[in-house]
Parts: sequence; C-alpha cells; structure tokens
Amino acid sequence: MTLQRSPDAFSADAGKTPTFEQSAKVSLADTQLRRNLGKATQTIRAKRAAAVEEMPDWERLREAGRALKERVTRHLDEYLLRLEESVTRAGGHVHWARDAEESNRIIAGIAKAHDAEEVVKVKSIATDETKLNEYLEGEGITAHETDLAELIIQLAGETSSHILVPAIHKNRAEIRELFKEKLGARGLSDDPSDLTNAARLYLREKFLKAKVGISGANFAVAETGTVCVVESEGNGRMCTTLPPVLVTLMGIEKVIPAWRDYEVFMQLLPRSSTAERMNPYTSFWTGVSRESGDGPNEFHLVLLDNGRTGVLADERGRQALSCIRCSACLNVCPVYERTGGHAYNSVYPGPIGAILTPQLVGIGKPGPDSLPYASSLCGACYEVCPVKINIPEVLIHLRGRVTRHKQDGGGLKGRLDPENAAMKTMARVFSDRKLYEGAQKAARVGQWPLARDGAIGRLPGRLAGWTESRDLKAIPKQTFREWWKARNGSPENGSA
Amino acid sequence: MSTAREEILRRVRRATRDVPEGERPEDVAVERGYRKEDDAPREEVVARFAERVAEYKAEVRRVKEADLPEAIGENLKERAIERLIVPPGLPEEWLPGGVEVLRDDEERRLTNEELDRSDGALTGCSLGIAQTGTIVLDAGEAQGRRALTLLPDYHLCVVREDQVVGLVPEAFARLEETVKGEGRAVTFISGPSATSDIELNRVEGVHGPRTLEVLISG
Ligand code: SF4
Repeated sequence: MTLQRSPDAFSADAGKTPTFEQSAKVSLADTQLRRNLGKATQTIRAKRAAAVEEMPDWERLREAGRALKERVTRHLDEYLLRLEESVTRAGGHVHWARDAEESNRIIAGIAKAHDAEEVVKVKSIATDETKLNEYLEGEGITAHETDLAELIIQLAGETSSHILVPAIHKNRAEIRELFKEKLGARGLSDDPSDLTNAARLYLREKFLKAKVGISGANFAVAETGTVCVVESEGNGRMCTTLPPVLVTLMGIEKVIPAWRDYEVFMQLLPRSSTAERMNPYTSFWTGVSRESGDGPNEFHLVLLDNGRTGVLADERGRQALSCIRCSACLNVCPVYERTGGHAYNSVYPGPIGAILTPQLVGIGKPGPDSLPYASSLCGACYEVCPVKINIPEVLIHLRGRVTRHKQDGGGLKGRLDPENAAMKTMARVFSDRKLYEGAQKAARVGQWPLARDGAIGRLPGRLAGWTESRDLKAIPKQTFREWWKARNGSPENGSA
Repeated sequence: MSTAREEILRRVRRATRDVPEGERPEDVAVERGYRKEDDAPREEVVARFAERVAEYKAEVRRVKEADLPEAIGENLKERAIERLIVPPGLPEEWLPGGVEVLRDDEERRLTNEELDRSDGALTGCSLGIAQTGTIVLDAGEAQGRRALTLLPDYHLCVVREDQVVGLVPEAFARLEETVKGEGRAVTFISGPSATSDIELNRVEGVHGPRTLEVLISG
C-alpha cells in the first residue's frame, strides 16, 4: 500500500505535511483507488440528486439551515452556555477542551476512573482530529472502532479517505484478506454480507463488554441539551446505549438553538449524505435516564475548540463552521473524484476540507496552505451544500490570506500585489450569487476565442483581473447543474 | 490561570467582535418557509407510510385492529420466534400463546446477555413518519428501554394508524413535550440497519435487528 500514514494537518509535525500536489501524484498513480472512487462518487451523486428532487421545499430548507447556523455562529458564547446548563440539568457533565491534548486528557481520565482498558467508539471525525485513539493507546487503553469502514481502516492501520465512506478506496477482496488475517475469520467469502456478518460477530462481544462508549455528535440542542448521532449501522445505538458510561466529543460549532430545529437538519442531512429519505438510525438523548435504566448512567459531553475560535474570527471564512459533514461537496468535486481523500492530508478532505483545514490549523504551514488551491472553482460544491456554504468564495479568500501571509503578513507590498487584487475581485464575484452566475455566463458565451489548450488565457469583464495572473481552467459549456440534468434525464420521483 | 471554559468563551467573544453589541440571537432572521404539515387525506398519508417503510426492505402489513393478535402470532411463527422480549405497557392481548415471554420491568430488568440471547422483541411505537418511512420510539408505553429493540436480531413493531404523521416537522412537534418534560431518549428507525461500506453495496443488518417487521393497525 502506498497510502500509509504521513504527518497530516493535525499532527504535531503538521509543518511537514506534504502539499496537495505532492500527495495527489501518489493517489493519481493508484488506478484501483481511482476506479473505486469514480464508481462510488457517481453512484452517490445520482442518488442524492433523486432524493433532493423529491423535495419541493428543498431550497427553503437549505435557507433555514443556513440561517440557523449563522444565528449560532454569531452568538456562539450564549448557545454554549445554554447547552452547558441544559446538559447539566439533565444529569450530564460538561467539559471544555481548548485543544486536542486537553480533550484527550479529559477523555482518558474518564476511562481510567472507570478502570476501562477497552472502549468502544462510533465514528467521530472530531476524535480523528484530536488523534484520540493514539493517545488512549499510549495510556494503555484500546479503542475499538465499530463502524464497518472504520474497523477496516483501523485493522489496516490506515487513515480515512472519505467523511462518509472512509474505506471507499478498499475493495472486497482486500477486505476479506484483512478480516482473515486480523479477525481470524476462516472460510470467509468476499460477499459483502458475509464480510459484514464477520464484523457483527466480532463487535457484538466488544459492545457487551465495554464499560465506556465514545461518540461524536451531529448536533446538540442548547435549549434541551439533547445530543444526536445520525448513523446507518446501529453501532451508534450500541455505543450510546449499552456501556454504563458515555463520553461524547463535539466541536463547539455543533450546537443548534432549539429542539424544533432538528426538523430542518434531519431533513437536510440524510438526503445530502447517504441520499436516503432518512438514515436507518438516529439516536437523540438528553442527559441520563437513571430511573428507567435506559442507557448509560453517566454522560460526559466534551466541548472542543482546537482552532474553531480561530475560524470564527475570520468573518468571511467562518461559514465553514456551518458544515454538517454530509460529504455532498466531496461527491460532486471533480478534483476529489480524481485524487481521493488522502491527497488532502487531513481528516477533513474534499472542498470542505480545503477551506476548513487551513483555517483550523492556521495559515502558514505549506501542506494545509496548498489546500485552497486544490480546486477548479467550478462551484458544484456550493450548489449541493445543504447549508449553503459558499465554498468557492472562501477558497479564494483563503488564497488571498495565504498569499498575504507569504508577503510579510499583509503589509503594503501584499496589498499592491496584482494577484491579491485579482483575488479580491474574484472573492467579490463569488460572494454574490448573481454576480457569480452572470460572470460565469459571460465567460461561457465569450469563452471560445480566448480558450487555449483547455485553459482560458484572458477573460472578459469582471473575471479579467483574475486571468492576468492565473491560468483558469476552461469553464464547462454547461454549468454543473445543467450538465447534471442533461445527463440524468428528468427526475422520476414524484413529490413527497 | 483561567479555566478552559473561561478561555474558550473569551476566544469566542473576541472572534465575534464584529457582531453588534445589542444584537440578540433572535435578531438573526431565520426564514422557515418549508412545509410544516402534510395536507393530504389521512388514508393517503398512512398508505405512503406503509409504502416507504417497505422500500427500506422492512416487511409491512396493514391489519384491522381486531385482527392484530392473530397477525402478530403469524409473524412470530413464521420467524420461529420462541423467546420474545416484551416492554412494559404492551397490551396483554397482543401476546400469542406458545412463546416464552421475557418481560422487562422495573423490578427485574433483563440483562444485556438475556436480550442478546432472545429471538426478538415486540413493541409499539411513539410515531410513524410517512414522508420518510420512519418509526419513532421514545422509550414510553409499549416501547421500553432502547436496548430492548437493539440487541435482539428481530423487531416486530406495531404502529396504529393514528400515530402516523405526514412530514418530519410534525414528528418533532409531537415529540417536543416528551423531550422537554421527561427527557426521554428518542430513536428514529428507518428500515433495518444497513451499511454500504464495502464497495457501496447495501447490506441490511449490521448491528441492530437484521429483520424489521411492521404491522399497521387501524
Ligand atoms: S460543506 Fe456543505 S456539502 Fe460539504 S460536507 Fe459540509 S455541509 Fe456537506
């Protein structure tokens, strides 16, 4: 395997993280990976489009989702305090962690207080970010990943390549070999249901034995303290129900105002992520229910900063904190489709990773700094995002920040740089939906005489400033949306 | 030295200095223009629920209330269920003869091992959502603790027609009291558990019950 661990954006030696270009070369050479990825992203794209077409009020839901997230980001301090109060009232304990180290120490401390040598975990990108498993290992505690894909990756000693389908780069023959070797499963075929059953048997024992369960959170409600985990396999239910102690790690941006707001996000998330009307299982819990003996009798919620307040400080970049981790933007991204997740060297790959990672770890590290350039700015990510994060706008804004950082921290020289001026124009165009579409159309119509070798030499109108210093990829003859419609015919689903 | 809590709150406040002093969270407009209620006729809503649950590869049957005990008996027999988990508050007349009934109640809670060794669970529900084919459990009457419907490999769930709502927002509205009042846990179930993690082939039944059957009574 060529995709072994190298330092990523959240490692202690993050400064040594390879750039996107360097890593993409490795991925692009792996034909199996590209085949798996191509198949996977195409399948999910088509399904998602159908699931969304079925909803006559999709755009209104997106707008409500965006606005709710904006409300939270602008008043995060207040919502965090309300959440703390609600969880505490419901019998839970709230902890605050400034960074990964602090978060790991808190969680290991809880496990140790219960003499847990093993813990069961349901997939949580936040714990990947903090490298909790490695930390626990150092403390003599084994963390068992229980999502099928996470288990596969853990057994293989690799890192995830997709938020939602982390083992997207592995085929069934590879998985069978892995299970034979690591789980001692004999007589195993490479039928997916056989492989799944082997994992079921192996993990059932772990669930029943575990004293401590660890989860992430998709959302947590300030008003009631209700935390929620959205999943497919049932391991989330297992981890949040069976062990007597539950620890949930969540980024501070995951708080939402009120119980009723779930009506928005629980419509947006499943259709955008797995292209289902609803995912198989969602668990909502409010503190602990000791009297009825339902679920854990001890609940800890760890609120993690780890760079999020840094993202919050950037007025234009902070919209990245609205992300609900659906991975729709990954699946439509032409760059991601070719390079896969590993090229991003971060637990957050794809378009969202390209804007979130450099902001979380701070501008000034060559690897993460290269991410805002890992995009053709085609705008497909913005079109699918269920909470309307304007990813192209933030990409361009961050390119500007990276450039300015290189040029003595944004002094006079930086401001006079022609590339910076071009980026400012571009950022303005992308921040305004109408301007963007207008410019795109203008570029398309007037494109032909200007395009050379698939790249656009000079653009008319508002985009002109941009192409003076950068080669721009030819803008497709159709927008992504037009292309998609033409390719798939008219949607076959009726209204809901 | 300040605590992590104080420091994070200070960082948040510093980062949002651009937000005007007097702005309240409610001042950030949230346009809720989406559909809140399904105005389709009842029968259509219930039929849609049945259809969408079935699309998740759950077996669904609609039965008259009077025929419910018989229907339950048929389902259990067909699946050869012998040791059946039963939550508190389940109507006695639902229980067929010939199965060993394992009751979970306050005086004697079943252990996880007992649940694991059983053949299946029979429960009612809190709600059904037609739009998404979702069954909602809220740990209330005839549903019991979450583990009861998690560890057994088979779950037979009875949904009364009047428990079916049209749209997702209707469900959250109805659940509000349960959550705010007693803080009971809520579980959404849409088909048996599934994974698409191996080459994106959907495989039903990973950790939850591998078989979900639904009887809609009315
Ligand atoms: S940025 Fe938007 S589309 Fe991408 S994962 Fe986040 S919510 Fe989904």
